[in-house]
Amino acid sequence: MLSPVFLSQLRRLLPPHGVLHEREDLMPFESDGLSAYRNIPDVVVLPENEAQVAAILQLCHAEKIAVVARGAGTGLAAGALPIDGAVLLVLAKLNQIRQIDPLARTATVQPGVRNLAISEAAAVHGLYYAPDPSSQIACSIGGNVAENSGGVHCLKYGLTVHNILKLRAWTVSGELLEIGSESLDSAGYDLLALMTGSEGMLAVITEVTVKLLPRPQRAQVVLAAFDDVAKAGAAVGNIIAAGVIPAGLEMMDRLAIQAAEAFVHAGYPLDCEALLLCEVDGVNEEVSDDIFTVREVLTASGATEIRTAESEEQRLKFWAGRKAAFPAVGRLAPDYYCMDGTIPRAQLPHVLKRISEMSAEYGLAVANVFHAGDGNLHPLILFDANQPGELHKAELFGGQILELCVEVGGTITGEHGVGLEKINQMCAQFSTPELVRFHEVKAAFDPDTLLNPGKAVPELHRCAEWGAMHIHGGQLPHPELPRF
Amino acid sequence: MLDTLIERIRAAHEHDSPLIIQGGGSKTFYGNPDEGEVLSARAFCGVVDYQPKELVLTARAGTPLIEIEALLAEQNQMLAFEPPHFAGNATLGGCIGAGLSGPRRPYAGAARDFVLGVRIIDGTGQPLRFGGQVIKNVAGYDVSRLMVGALGTLGLITEASLKVLPKPAAEATQQFELDEASAIEKMNQWAGQPLPLSATSWHAGLLTVRLSGAVSAVHAAQVKLGGETLKDAAAFWQRLRDQSTPFFDLRPATSNQSLWRLALKPTTPPLKLGEAQWIEWGGAVRWLVSDLPAAALFEAAKSCGGHATLFRGTAPAGGVFSPLTPALHTLHCNLKQRFDPKGILNRGRLYPDF
Repeated sequence: MLSPVFLSQLRRLLPPHGVLHEREDLMPFESDGLSAYRNIPDVVVLPENEAQVAAILQLCHAEKIAVVARGAGTGLAAGALPIDGAVLLVLAKLNQIRQIDPLARTATVQPGVRNLAISEAAAVHGLYYAPDPSSQIACSIGGNVAENSGGVHCLKYGLTVHNILKLRAWTVSGELLEIGSESLDSAGYDLLALMTGSEGMLAVITEVTVKLLPRPQRAQVVLAAFDDVAKAGAAVGNIIAAGVIPAGLEMMDRLAIQAAEAFVHAGYPLDCEALLLCEVDGVNEEVSDDIFTVREVLTASGATEIRTAESEEQRLKFWAGRKAAFPAVGRLAPDYYCMDGTIPRAQLPHVLKRISEMSAEYGLAVANVFHAGDGNLHPLILFDANQPGELHKAELFGGQILELCVEVGGTITGEHGVGLEKINQMCAQFSTPELVRFHEVKAAFDPDTLLNPGKAVPELHRCAEWGAMHIHGGQLPHPELPRF
Repeated sequence: MLDTLIERIRAAHEHDSPLIIQGGGSKTFYGNPDEGEVLSARAFCGVVDYQPKELVLTARAGTPLIEIEALLAEQNQMLAFEPPHFAGNATLGGCIGAGLSGPRRPYAGAARDFVLGVRIIDGTGQPLRFGGQVIKNVAGYDVSRLMVGALGTLGLITEASLKVLPKPAAEATQQFELDEASAIEKMNQWAGQPLPLSATSWHAGLLTVRLSGAVSAVHAAQVKLGGETLKDAAAFWQRLRDQSTPFFDLRPATSNQSLWRLALKPTTPPLKLGEAQWIEWGGAVRWLVSDLPAAALFEAAKSCGGHATLFRGTAPAGGVFSPLTPALHTLHCNLKQRFDPKGILNRGRLYPDF
């Protein structure tokens, strides 16, 4: 519990509506996009400018009160889950686009600006911001930097880390850091990379300068059906080996295809095991050449059906099914749990086979949606949270999928971040000295562990307990105890 | 071999004796003077894994770039950041440690953009692994990219995994006679249009632009932009990449002139700082031969949104890189302390005081 004295000090720093403390005002902030994890915050602060952010940090630092930064709250790993006794620092009101420089191709924006709003504001200049996480209509750029967000176009255009130039950020003690530059690099260590994906653990961002790219002249998509997921997986490698880097390369398995088709009627073939969507973009002539190559490769790779979108309307229809895949799968069961592992693509058939075996073991269905180009797999585990034990089962199943990803040379998170959700699996991916070094990197910025403590990097004792639990073949002792 | 490197660093840590990490020795001129015994990683070499269909290559630090590029070329792939080799036998470790990129950088990305994972030995002799061999990976802090350009001050890079890309089917280079101000404007305007740009340069009244992509796309862009097609363009870009044209030569010891690299906001108008200049990276890098004091160039770069490096010449007292603000300097020292508590790795190479 925070003391009344501290709360009144906070109120002095902010306008009347900038401090929320009543239970009904706090409820909307109890979780981020991963609603299985909930905790009502003790207090929410909503600064409206940089000076207020600095003042809040200085006060919290002086009082040794922890701070959890939050953007739009669309994250999927409980990274913005409130912590008891901490201040929830919501940056949504810092939502101004400061400047768009069309000649230099940059936008300087506050962290609460929505991802899509940047592209909308830049459109008049024929420019856009490339990373496009599926939540781009709602998620904010500050959160994108904190999570190093990707999207369907990142094989060709990169993640957030590849598309930002400069940050204004504040240390836990309220000191300003200007990281990066208006050029393409900066002096000293690459702190821009270190900050990107640091999940609010190192500093609080108040301004981001992003790169803008020219809108491609043309984009075209090819849809291909396969009677075997392994063949579809191989086709992805063959497209890349042919020298084409598609703008988007997505794969869905049978359950995901059927759910999507039933939901949005995209016209997908239903008698297949896997569907590939391959989009190429660029200058007009290049797109024509690439479409030709892609069709040839798909045919040679054994596609049972190939369609090229002949109009923009058809292109959007092809994508509509994929983009609606999550809510479509959501109609199949009361709840679903979205995983986010990345694997070397060659391992796809093996990984899908193991997932389907685990699915049978746990008695929970799985639909697989796959950013195939960059090996980022999103298995959606279907369950019913109202059935006692099912959420727990889904979490165990999900954890095992992530460990499988590590086992085949991949990672537990491709784009959603670790947050609190995947913190145990960090123990599978990193050795003790590596985890120690992560804690030390945090200490270099935040020696008192006040920024988002307990997230992203597990304490060593936690790994020891988790490792011990694993010796018993995935059977947790004391299943009645809460574990999160 | 790895054990020998670990042992050497462990011993150096114990005895507080500084080490100078070296690969092929092609970039000894770069950074501040360092002190200590040479620790060569050159013999720790070889490609560990290369999966063309995954677009991923993993190699040990001592592997010569030339070997890696030849292997990639067999599969029609490349290191898209076009790393400079300079005059010596550049290795992968040095390439990542220095973090320098070549002419393709503004259009394809920098060395740091293509690093997927590294193995290092830190300043206590502890081997560590960060990142991995997959393109998307956000587990843990991005320590692999932190190593890029750290000039070996945070650890000896022993292995790196990189994303590689297909070689473009066609390339063509067009030249235009143009004054400096117009060239800067053109480079920026064209970069905002859907054109297959892959390199830009301006020197002595000549704007040179490379186009890369599908045969049809390169041809269409040639027609659109006009200009004269440069023959032997590959050699032109390689000389620029490796700084093997006379412009980049070290000035005679009797002269006070140094070669400076100014990284600026790309739209910065022509600098009034001296005569000889070479502009690269769409205007974001200005090479300058100058005898102005270091402080003046650091200040000039800062006022144009960037930073300056004394690339070749005699290091000034405060070092060859733009000074850091006190807050950033503290963070640098804190990080150095965590990775190399006794400061034995490439002491002083990045900044004279650590």
